[in-house]
Amino acid sequence: MALLEVNDLRTSFFTDAGEVKAVNGVSFQLERGKVLGIVGESGSGKSVTAYSILQILAGTGKIVGGSVKLDGQELVGAGEKVMKTVRGNKISIIFQDPMTSLNPTYTIGKQLMEAILLHTGRNKKQAYDRAVEMLRLVNVNEPEKRMKQYPFEFSGGMRQRVMIAMALACEPDILIADEPTTALDVTIQAQILELMGQLQKELGMAIIMITHDLGVVAQICDEVIVMYAGSICEQGTADEIFYNPRHEYTKGLLRSIPTAHSAGQRLQPITGTPIDLLNMPKGCPFAPRCDAAMKVCIHRRADRMQINEDHAASCWMNVKSGLEDGTVVNQPAGAAEEGGDGHD
Amino acid sequence: MNKKPFSVQVDLDQFIPATEEEKAYLVQMRPSSTFFKDGVKRLVKNKVAFISFLVIVVITLSAIIIPMFWPYSYETQLGVVPGRPVDSSYNNLTPFSYGRTEEEMIANGEKVFPHVFGTDAAGRDYFIRVVYGTRVSLAVGFFASVIVLVIGMIYGSISGYCGGKVDIIMMRIVDIIYSLPDMLMVILLASVLRMTLTPVIEGTVLEGIGSNIISLFIVFAVLYWVSMARLIRGQILSLREQEYVLSAQATGARGGWIIRKHLIPNCISVIIISAALQIPSAIFTESYLSFLGLGVNAPMPSLGSLAADALNGLSSYPYRLVIPAAVISLIVLGLNLFGDGLRDAFDPKLNG
Amino acid sequence: MDSKTLFYILKRLLLAVFTIWVVITVTFFVMHAVPGGPFVGEKATTPAVQAAMEAKYGLDKPLMVQYGTYLKDVVTKLDFGPSLKQRGRMVMDIIGDGMRTSAKLGVIAACSSVVVGVVLGAVAALRRNKIIDRVIMVLTTAFVSMPSFIMGSLLLALFAIKLGILPANGSTGKGLILPIITLALYPTAYITRLTRSSMLDVLGQDYIRTARAKGVSGPRIIFGHALKNSLIPVLTYFGPMLAYIVTGSLVVEQIFAVPGIGRAFVQSIINRDYPLVMGTTIILAALIIIMNLITDILYKVVDPRITLE
Repeated sequence: MALLEVNDLRTSFFTDAGEVKAVNGVSFQLERGKVLGIVGESGSGKSVTAYSILQILAGTGKIVGGSVKLDGQELVGAGEKVMKTVRGNKISIIFQDPMTSLNPTYTIGKQLMEAILLHTGRNKKQAYDRAVEMLRLVNVNEPEKRMKQYPFEFSGGMRQRVMIAMALACEPDILIADEPTTALDVTIQAQILELMGQLQKELGMAIIMITHDLGVVAQICDEVIVMYAGSICEQGTADEIFYNPRHEYTKGLLRSIPTAHSAGQRLQPITGTPIDLLNMPKGCPFAPRCDAAMKVCIHRRADRMQINEDHAASCWMNVKSGLEDGTVVNQPAGAAEEGGDGHD
Repeated sequence: MNKKPFSVQVDLDQFIPATEEEKAYLVQMRPSSTFFKDGVKRLVKNKVAFISFLVIVVITLSAIIIPMFWPYSYETQLGVVPGRPVDSSYNNLTPFSYGRTEEEMIANGEKVFPHVFGTDAAGRDYFIRVVYGTRVSLAVGFFASVIVLVIGMIYGSISGYCGGKVDIIMMRIVDIIYSLPDMLMVILLASVLRMTLTPVIEGTVLEGIGSNIISLFIVFAVLYWVSMARLIRGQILSLREQEYVLSAQATGARGGWIIRKHLIPNCISVIIISAALQIPSAIFTESYLSFLGLGVNAPMPSLGSLAADALNGLSSYPYRLVIPAAVISLIVLGLNLFGDGLRDAFDPKLNG
Repeated sequence: MDSKTLFYILKRLLLAVFTIWVVITVTFFVMHAVPGGPFVGEKATTPAVQAAMEAKYGLDKPLMVQYGTYLKDVVTKLDFGPSLKQRGRMVMDIIGDGMRTSAKLGVIAACSSVVVGVVLGAVAALRRNKIIDRVIMVLTTAFVSMPSFIMGSLLLALFAIKLGILPANGSTGKGLILPIITLALYPTAYITRLTRSSMLDVLGQDYIRTARAKGVSGPRIIFGHALKNSLIPVLTYFGPMLAYIVTGSLVVEQIFAVPGIGRAFVQSIINRDYPLVMGTTIILAALIIIMNLITDILYKVVDPRITLE
């Protein structure tokens, strides 16, 4: 049994303008000790997926369907009492902007100790020691002095380290990192990623890394999910996704990364803008921006298709190539005709 | 490949490339519009703000139009005709009632226009006094705000654009004026100006407006522009650092042009909102001073002075207090709500 | 307290002192615009008082000398001279008497405003957009827009005259209830709205999300994380609130005939008792300036983020 099983998760925001379907049937599994990357543009629903797992959705957001199982225990509908034992304890999360994510009027020490005192049975002194130990773990120097300081006295990179320390203090099974390096300088980014990779190995926890940066994914993720407009386009191991992308969106993303060899060439961004989540079309949400879009893409979403054991994608192009090479069989409804695909 | 073939149900005709039109059809983009159009749309949707706006418009129009055709004037003491003994039957009439003299006139077939709010202790038609008082209060509020706006804008833009030592000194002055308790200074200035201005403006056009109102304007001009100046300076400072100022300077544009063409238009929404919220506070200050007796000169009425006068006969004629009170409250409330609505509609920070 | 904060306090202190000096100076010179000057009474003044004035301020001496004398007296001895109209009484004594009553009124009004305002504001924020919130918002909008003299007059008309349940005269005991309510209405409404918007703002902050993500429970988030941050803007209102109460008391004491400093001030203007006008202006202004100073310092101490200008 996987550590975390998410099945057909659906989350919507009920705004004045209508229902915004932020997450539209997302399913994946996370094994112990693995690093899963969730990749997508802003608005793709990747953060909302994470917040739905922890049920910390803001304002008008609600889970409208699906299931989230942690070690077999169903979390959707489990109630606040259960969720409070999960948050910060079994599943922790760190956010994108460490400055606004820390309470400016409390010392770092107090904020670190809060979760420890809440979830573990330690007393104040033990909690203090543990907090100091965590600071050391994330390479914050002079930890005792730091405990008495306020967030505004820290640099961006250090604040993120503090967030990581806070998240790991109770030894969670899963750490969710929501764009942890986006707000940081490139050099600090590298340090934080390295730290996370190192901690992951030491503590053996699973990580869900949410990012729009494929470079980050390449660096530390074992498996990858590519999301667009609230649905999963493609999921598989990092190798498969990078070397054998099977969804037009993924291909577009990879194409748009400038490489060391592309000096002098034009950038190849994906043209167009993301879809309006208030008015979701019937077909594939990526179709309007897709160069390879076919008529079927306009009218129907592709089913999820296994490419191989570790790789699945939802793109009609795979069906098309499958029909061509015989791995896909077409059986139109009420077909009295032979076979249907005509390719043998 | 030995695995079972993946099974689909498709119409093979559909596997040809889609046309651009078909793709575009999928995307129903919301029509983009300008900042102002968006804001106005939001404002109109806000029912409270819209109603407030209508109320203010109605009150303002009434204040302007009614005195033009109303048969009674605000200062004429009916019953006091030079050369004849005072006829006190006009005094203290309740709404829609007639004094003895008037009843005689009606009996004689003359048409006497009803006193909608009755008359006051001196025999003046109260309705027209209230209307005129509204006019005075609104006018003072409006013009005072304009003065504050203009001075604040000039001061703030200069300070903000020049920066450096000039800015520091100008802001220190602002700090000091800002720390002065405004009401006390206002009262002080008003009480003194009242006495000193009268001889000065005698015989000029300004005498018609009254020394008290002039002193009110002077007081506003001296004290109340500081918040506006600070606000504008803050806007200018933040805008200064924006890219396009640099690019404009790179093309050789001079200081004044930069201020006018680039920076001010962007502050406009902030300025408008601030000015809109300034009017009710100006009206409040004026009615406060009038209530204390430091406002408009008698016999010119202001809503504040009417309320003060009404205190005397409160037990017998409570409506004389309630009516101006209600009007002031409506005006100030309406303007505040409208100002809030403006801010909600146009403030970019509050959206998204 | 570190040196930066100390330096800031010193700077603000100096500014406050300087502003008080400006007030004294402006008051003095503005009052001299009155024909004859403020220390020359009209026919109503007794010769004894007139002689005292002359001796004190040397009314034939040049203006700057008179100013110097006045400044010295005020700053060193709080001596504002004798009242022009109230025989034999020194201005400071009159002010002292008035302050006793007005201070009582003001403090009670202020304290109740803060307590009621914060509670109502927090309730409104926590039950956002529900009925109780809307009711609170409507009421506070109304009270924030109505000038104090309007409210006072209406309350007087309603409770004292029509219903007769509370005395109209505000000298003692029950008579103080209406004036206090009148004074407290605007600050209460203002603080309610301030607390509500501040708390809503805080509850939407990322660090509240972090706290939730750590498993902190609802009430603990409110009282632990949110409240402290929400109250900071309320703190900054203390200065303006005092200013409001001072100016509000001018009309409220008029309406309800409370023998406080506000009424004395208004009377002194009407009576042209200039030394009293000057003295009252200066004392009240100084009070407000000092209160603003304390508020600024408190703000800095409470919120460690505030950087110096």
